[in-house]
Amino acid sequence: MTQFLQQMINGLSLGSIYALVALGYTMVYGIIKLINFAHGDIYMLGAYIGFIVTTKLGLGFFPALVISMAGCALIGVTIERIAYKPLRNATRITALITAIGVSYFLEAGTQRVMGAGVQTFPNVLANETIMFGDVRISTQQIVIFSVTIVLMVALTFLVNKTKVGRAMRAVSVDPDAARLMGVNVDATISFTFAIGSALAGAAGVLVGLYYNSINPLMGMLPGIKAFIAAVFGGIGIIPGAMLGGFFIGVVETLVAGYWSSLWKDAVVYLILIVILIVKPAGLLGKNVKEKV
Amino acid sequence: MLIVKDLSVHYGVIQALKQVSVEVHEGEIVALIGANGAGKTTLLHAISGLVKHEGDILFLGNSLSKADSRAIVAAGITQVPEGRRIFPDMSVTENLLMGAYLRKDKAGIEEDMKMVFERFPRLQERKKQLAGTLSGGEQQMLAMGRALMAKPKLLLLDEPSMGLSPLLVKEIFSIITSINEQGTTVLLVEQNARMALQIADRAYVMETGKIVLSGTGEELSASEDIKKAYLGG
Repeated sequence: MTQFLQQMINGLSLGSIYALVALGYTMVYGIIKLINFAHGDIYMLGAYIGFIVTTKLGLGFFPALVISMAGCALIGVTIERIAYKPLRNATRITALITAIGVSYFLEAGTQRVMGAGVQTFPNVLANETIMFGDVRISTQQIVIFSVTIVLMVALTFLVNKTKVGRAMRAVSVDPDAARLMGVNVDATISFTFAIGSALAGAAGVLVGLYYNSINPLMGMLPGIKAFIAAVFGGIGIIPGAMLGGFFIGVVETLVAGYWSSLWKDAVVYLILIVILIVKPAGLLGKNVKEKV
Repeated sequence: MLIVKDLSVHYGVIQALKQVSVEVHEGEIVALIGANGAGKTTLLHAISGLVKHEGDILFLGNSLSKADSRAIVAAGITQVPEGRRIFPDMSVTENLLMGAYLRKDKAGIEEDMKMVFERFPRLQERKKQLAGTLSGGEQQMLAMGRALMAKPKLLLLDEPSMGLSPLLVKEIFSIITSINEQGTTVLLVEQNARMALQIADRAYVMETGKIVLSGTGEELSASEDIKKAYLGG
């Protein structure tokens, strides 16, 4: 039981990071039906921005988090404007291939500027271990989990209760109808990229804090896992991405803890395959039939 | 109020509108009738800024040819699109708030929401319900209520009777008349020519991208050609 609880806690920490990245995937897919394969690299850039802010500017964790989120939002919007917006009316495969291109560009660009090697992310938060019986929780884990929950609550509020959130939902189901209401569709899409990228940026800083090491290719695997998490929950559905992220994180740590860490990725992919067979729309996805 | 001059629209090589000119005066109900594919919806889309066009569109003396859909809504033209196009995953209230998207006057929005609920009591009963779960008639009412939330000076209605029972069609048309009586000018696109001509002050008949006939509602109702082509003999 102790080991199980321990693995759950580790799993929720890892799952927080997947969930934050998965949210960006799912939001962008929801609004322009694009699988933004460069999203994992935004997360990587978030970690690097956090790294620069803490090492070169000597700032603490929270300023690093905020600056990284803002920086990633800006990068996300820039990428959308330069790479995806001109392809708005092109076939979806064109945009998808462009996204892969953007991904390589960001990875190679970071390698060129920051070096291809691993960098050590500084320990900007005192890391203490708190014991609950035999279960150990680090303060870092608490920070990761709380920051994630706060961001999720804020996002849910933004999407469900605010005007801009309504505009995002309107554009995602019917851009032309949204236009007829006076919604600025381009600005709404940019805003969605900004929010999704900011969440990835936050995840980047949190993972730097958690694992202490970052590198230019660190976004590849977590990017794919987060994508799986988004599909698992139902791509385009925000609570689905949260659920999927936590689920994938917990499964991974449980497999690694009880069986072998060599198998954790295989199990995650297996789950994806099973989900796609059994419930292709994802766990929270529904095949809605609307009245016309 | 609205003057459309020599409007042409191309979809690739297909010319959907050929030099169409239409006028709507303040306070009128103007109907635009014609068969499927005549270009009626395209004309409304051009007025709302959803499709590129040549020619000029003047509204209250200002040219809207270069304006985007946002500026057109802000100027006072709101469209109830064909097939309602309500937002199915949003509640009735949220749909109505979308209609008021460009407005900043909170008190006024609340007041107009009450006004819409008075006009459409069934929407009030279902205000927390998701719009996608409403019946076809309720969705049409929601689409109209949503458009009214923008406080339009000119309301464009595209096929409001589509897919509704005769009884509901009657109800929708009497609502259109009452909206018009309360000061909103209406441009109505309909395939149900009989109903449209009954309530219209004036009407235009479109065929293959051109206006082929125009006149008052009564004139067109009495015209032999129209009777044969659109009113079933």
